[in-house]
Amino acid sequence: MSRNTEIFVIGGGPAGLSAAIVASQLGARTLLVDDSARLGGQLIKQTHRFFGSSNRDAGIRGITIAEMLCKEVKDASDRLTVLENTAAVGFYANKEAGILSQDAYERVSYQAAIVCTGATENSLTFENNDLPGIYGAGGVQTLMNVHGIKPGRKILMVGSGNIGLIVSYQLLQAGVEVVGLVEGMPTIGGYLVHASKIRRLGVPIYTSHTILKALGETGVEGAVLCRVDERFQPVPNTELMIECDCICLAVGLTPLIDLFQQAQCRMVHVGELGGLVPLHDSAMRTTNPDVFVAGDASGIEEATTAMLGGRIAGARAFESIHGKSPKAEAIVEEAREELRTLRSGSTGERIRWGRERVLKEVGAC
Amino acid sequence: MLKNTGIITSEELKPVLPPQNRLEKGPVAIIECLQDIPCDPCVSACPVKAIQMQSGITDRPQLDFETCTGCGACVPKCPGLAIFIVNMKHNVPGKALLSMSYELLPVPAKDQEVDALDRTGKFVCKAKVARVINPPAYDRTAVVTIEVPADRINDIRSIKV
Repeated sequence: MSRNTEIFVIGGGPAGLSAAIVASQLGARTLLVDDSARLGGQLIKQTHRFFGSSNRDAGIRGITIAEMLCKEVKDASDRLTVLENTAAVGFYANKEAGILSQDAYERVSYQAAIVCTGATENSLTFENNDLPGIYGAGGVQTLMNVHGIKPGRKILMVGSGNIGLIVSYQLLQAGVEVVGLVEGMPTIGGYLVHASKIRRLGVPIYTSHTILKALGETGVEGAVLCRVDERFQPVPNTELMIECDCICLAVGLTPLIDLFQQAQCRMVHVGELGGLVPLHDSAMRTTNPDVFVAGDASGIEEATTAMLGGRIAGARAFESIHGKSPKAEAIVEEAREELRTLRSGSTGERIRWGRERVLKEVGAC
Repeated sequence: MLKNTGIITSEELKPVLPPQNRLEKGPVAIIECLQDIPCDPCVSACPVKAIQMQSGITDRPQLDFETCTGCGACVPKCPGLAIFIVNMKHNVPGKALLSMSYELLPVPAKDQEVDALDRTGKFVCKAKVARVINPPAYDRTAVVTIEVPADRINDIRSIKV
């Protein structure tokens, strides 16, 4: 069987949903596929209130934002088809792709694709890091906030970025004891208000520390930490044993880029954006003119900026098929201005560098 | 330092503390948001426009202590749970009222006795819950007010039910 669409969106997280909503609202026939059973991507486990501008979604919980986006998707259903439990498995020549649902493989013929595959969690090397009870923070969030299962009784969190801080808080909300949070850097990586929030609930924050090994035979029974020097080398005789039955790793994300490579998009490695990302211009168009990108796949950031990037990609992908549109232009202008504001200031510095590098490389193509 | 430990030092706290003469007049907000993060719901939450951000969304909120009425509308709107209301003009001698966001279960009830904790989660004293506001509009962020010793008002920042 084969399907035909104008715009083909891969990924139903904040970026993909926003791209599909904009493209279909502007008038393009759009097909969205997502490999999970429920639309929303990471939003469906984000029970905390979002930061950002109150003009957009600040102060609203991620789970509520997912509901709002899903309602917009439903309202656009005359032009927007959604396939859940369906993975995009490959790009072929002549603007064709393959999708695989639980019982069928189909071909999709499209005019423009918007790839919003998100990211995958990084791991960390330490002794016994394969013991049962060692999870990525995203996995812990899924268990706890989607399926209602506590991952353990006493958790050690590794990584003080916003994910590590927020998931620690959510664990406390779920009634799990967080025995400590470990960070290799001398300073906390995420927002300090999140750090204060878990600190005043009694969670010790070990900056300039690393995890040396997990203890236990058949599962996690504890962990050994130690202090690190300014070159991140363990300081002798600073070992510290902590009892826990679960270790949660929140040590960063890497963009999921396989489909871009298959679509022969040129890639660039930008550390500030999480690794290899497809080169793309300010329209979110990759070096393959039929393929656009948005969300974490274009560089690790967060859900609000992913939604704005998705809106730009949706509008520009529409224009790539139907020609210039003042409505699309207005959406792009608005999203760009919001992105500029969100990325301003000191906490947006790394992202600004990273994004500038991508745009510079595109200019050099 | 806050950025190393997650604990605000008294030195770091100084710029956001209301002056003594304002504290004596009654309830006022303390906004413990000391980092340039892109966030501004507190600005639009304030019904008397006492919270400003000078150079845009990544600026730190600036509270005009004189304009602030201590109404607490900003408290549940802060995604960082970083806003507290202090009321030093409480009618019990030696005591003051402290309001904070609370997102754990169970939510305490009025008149219940809870543990008052400091910025590291350490027990400071027992405290009586004076008020709990938890309407649907607050979307599951309750605002809990406790009665605490007036001289510990800047140390106590959390509770254990």
